[in-house]
Amino acid sequence: MTGSATILMLERCMTYKADEEHPLLVLEDYRIGFKTERGLAKAVDGVSLSLKRGQTLGIVGESGSGKTVLNRGVIGLLSARNTVESGSAKFEGEELVGENRQTFWGTKMAMIFQDPMTSLNPVMKVGNQVMEPLRQHQKLSRSEAKKRVADIFTLVGIPEPIKRLDQYPHELSGGMRQRVMIAIALAIEPDLLIADEPTTSLDVTVQKYILDLLTRVQKEQGMSMVLITHDLGVARGRADEILVMYGGRVMEHASTEDLFKKMSHPYTSALFSSIPHLHHKKHTRLTPIPGTPPDIIEPPTGCRFAPRCTYAQERCLLESPPMTHQGNHRFACFFPIGSQQGQEALTRNQQRGHTASGLQIRKKTEAT
Amino acid sequence: MAGSGTAHLRKDDPSILLSVQNLVVEFPVGLRKKVHAVTNLSFDIAEGETLGIVGESGCGKSTTARAVIQLPKPTSGVVEFKQEDLTNLKGEDLRNIRPDIQMIFQDPISSLNPRRSVFNIVSEGINIWKEANGDLTEDRVIEIIKDVGLDVEEALVKRPHEYSGGQCQRISIARALVLDPKILICDEPVSSLDVSVQARILNMLEDMKERYGLTLLFISHDLSVVKNVSDRVAVMYLGKLCEIGDGDLLYEEPAHPYTRLLLAAIPDPNNKHSGNLDVLEGELPSPINPPSGCRFRTRCPRATEKCAAEEPEFQQIGNDDHWVACHFPHIGGDNGDDEITWPPQVAIEESE
Repeated sequence: MTGSATILMLERCMTYKADEEHPLLVLEDYRIGFKTERGLAKAVDGVSLSLKRGQTLGIVGESGSGKTVLNRGVIGLLSARNTVESGSAKFEGEELVGENRQTFWGTKMAMIFQDPMTSLNPVMKVGNQVMEPLRQHQKLSRSEAKKRVADIFTLVGIPEPIKRLDQYPHELSGGMRQRVMIAIALAIEPDLLIADEPTTSLDVTVQKYILDLLTRVQKEQGMSMVLITHDLGVARGRADEILVMYGGRVMEHASTEDLFKKMSHPYTSALFSSIPHLHHKKHTRLTPIPGTPPDIIEPPTGCRFAPRCTYAQERCLLESPPMTHQGNHRFACFFPIGSQQGQEALTRNQQRGHTASGLQIRKKTEAT
Repeated sequence: MAGSGTAHLRKDDPSILLSVQNLVVEFPVGLRKKVHAVTNLSFDIAEGETLGIVGESGCGKSTTARAVIQLPKPTSGVVEFKQEDLTNLKGEDLRNIRPDIQMIFQDPISSLNPRRSVFNIVSEGINIWKEANGDLTEDRVIEIIKDVGLDVEEALVKRPHEYSGGQCQRISIARALVLDPKILICDEPVSSLDVSVQARILNMLEDMKERYGLTLLFISHDLSVVKNVSDRVAVMYLGKLCEIGDGDLLYEEPAHPYTRLLLAAIPDPNNKHSGNLDVLEGELPSPINPPSGCRFRTRCPRATEKCAAEEPEFQQIGNDDHWVACHFPHIGGDNGDDEITWPPQVAIEESE
C-alpha cells in the first residue's frame, strides 16, 4: 500500500469515528439464497437493520431461522458457488454485496464461532493461531506479535499466557479454547465483532465469564458486536437491541428494554414462554411452540409464522404482514399482542377452537 | 464440596426405590494414577419422585448414572434397588433387573441404530424379553409409539435419519418405556434440542411419568431445566455432592457457596441470585489429584484452613428437606454479603 493510500484510508476511518451517528453496518432488504435441487432455499429473506458504533445487537431465533447465515453472509464466509446474494449491505458506507470482503478480515471484522472444539486448527500451536492475523494483516514482526498475543491472553483471562502460547488446542479445556478463539478475534481490535453462539457449548459459570469478558472488551475498545444466540436470557442481559428472526425474516426488532416491556409479535412471546424459568415452581408446564419451522424452499404464503401462531387469522395466510414501526420498535404482524386487533384475533381463535391455519387451541393462552 | 456422609438418606422410608450409598467410581490412568470420577456419593430416590442432578461438565454426573445401571460396575459402594444390591448381582440375575432400569441418552440421533426401522428399534427390548405373546407385544409397541406422539405407519418404514432431533428423542423415550421400567435415567435428554422442542420433550416426560408411574433420575447441566422437572435436586461438584433437597427450597435459599455461584451465573432476566457474588474464579481442579478436605475449597470465597483439613459432612438445614455439605453454609437470611476473599486464604496444593 502506498503512503498516500494509507493516509486516505486513515482519513476515512477518522471521519467515520468522529461521526457517532453514522451506523457501522446497514443492511437493506438483504437476501441470501442457496441453490438446491428442489429450488432456491431462501435462508435470509429481506432483512433490514442498522448497527451503530459501540452497540450490541442480539439476534435470537430457533435453529434454521437464518441468524447464522445472515452473519456469515455479511462477513463473506459463504461459498460463492451456490449462494445467491442480493439487496444491500453497507459496512462503513461501503457496499459489501458482490464485493470481496477479505480486505476487512483481520482488520475491521472478526468472528467468534460456536464450537471452540472444532474451530481451532488442531495441529497448530494456539500462540501461532492468534499471531497469524497480526502478522498477515497488520504486518507485525514475530516478536511484536508474540508480545501482543501475551497481552491479549492476559486480557481474556488465560492464566500463564507465555506457557499457553506453545500449547496445542487439545491441551486446553473448552472454556480455554473459547478464550483463545476470542483472543484471535480481539487481537486485531476489530470494529465489528460477530459472536455466533459464543457460549452455547459451555457451562453456565464459564458462559458468564466469557460474556462478561466480551462486554468489558467491547466497552474498552468501543467496537460494535452482533451476538447470535438462541437464549433470550443471554440476549436480554447483554444486548442493547434485539432482533428476532424466524424463517429468514425479521419478526420483531426493538431495544432490549422495549422488547421485554412490550412484546408485540406472537413469535417472540411464544419463544419466551417455551423456556423454563428459574422463578417458576417445580413441575410448571411449559408452553411449546406447536408445529415445525417453515420450509424455506417453498415457504408458506403470508406470514411465515402463521401455521404455528395462536393469533393467526385468514388474512395472515394470504398476505405477508408489512413492518409496523412504533418509534424504534418494529414488528411484522397484523395482530400484535397488546393491541385491540390482537386480542380480538386471539379471542376469536379460542372461541372457534382453532386458528385460521387449522391449529387446534386446547387451552386458553394468556395474552401478555 | 465436600460432601461425604449419609445423613441425608431417608433410611426407614419404605417408598425408597433406589438408594445409592458411598458410590465410588475410579478409572485407572497411567502408572498408579486414578481419575476419581465419583467419590463417596450417596443419594436416594423415592417411588414416583424425580431427582435432578446438576453440575458442570466433568463433575461425574454421567458416570453416576452409568454406575447405577452397572455399566461399568462401580469401584465400590452400594446401589440398592428394591432392597437388592445391584453391585453384588452377576450374569442372569443382573440381566433380569435391567428391564426395570432404562436409560435415555444425550445425543438422540447417534443412540439409535441407523439401519433399522423405528418400529424395530422400539420393539427390540420387548421381543427379547417376550413376556407376552406376539400379538400383545405388537399392541404394546404401537401404544407406546402413539403415546410419544409418533405415527405408527411411518415408524414401520422410516429409519432414524428421517426424523428430526426432537422426534429421535421421542423414539429413545419410547424404546425405554416399552419395557415398563420402574426407573428411567435421563442423561442430558434435552441439551442438544432447540428451545421449543425442548419444551415439548420436557412436557412429554412429565406426561409419561404420570401415566406410567415412573421414577426419574434426571441429569442436566441446565439449572432451569432441572428445576422445572425435578422434585428434589442434587448439586454435584468434582465427583461429590454439595447440596441436596427439595427443588424449590434449594433454588430459593441455596446454602452451599457453589450452588450460589452456579445460580448466580444463569442468564435468566428474573434471576434473583444474579447480583449475589462474582463469577466462579479459577479452573476445575484435576480429578486425578483432587483437593483435600472439601473439594470446592480451592475456588470457594468462604474457604478456611478447616475446609482443607476436614471434609464437611451433610447436615440438615432446619427441619426442611434441605441438606448441605459445607462447614460455612449460607443459612437463614445469610445473603453472603460478607467480604469475598480471593484467592482463598488456604494454601492450595497444585493439582496436576
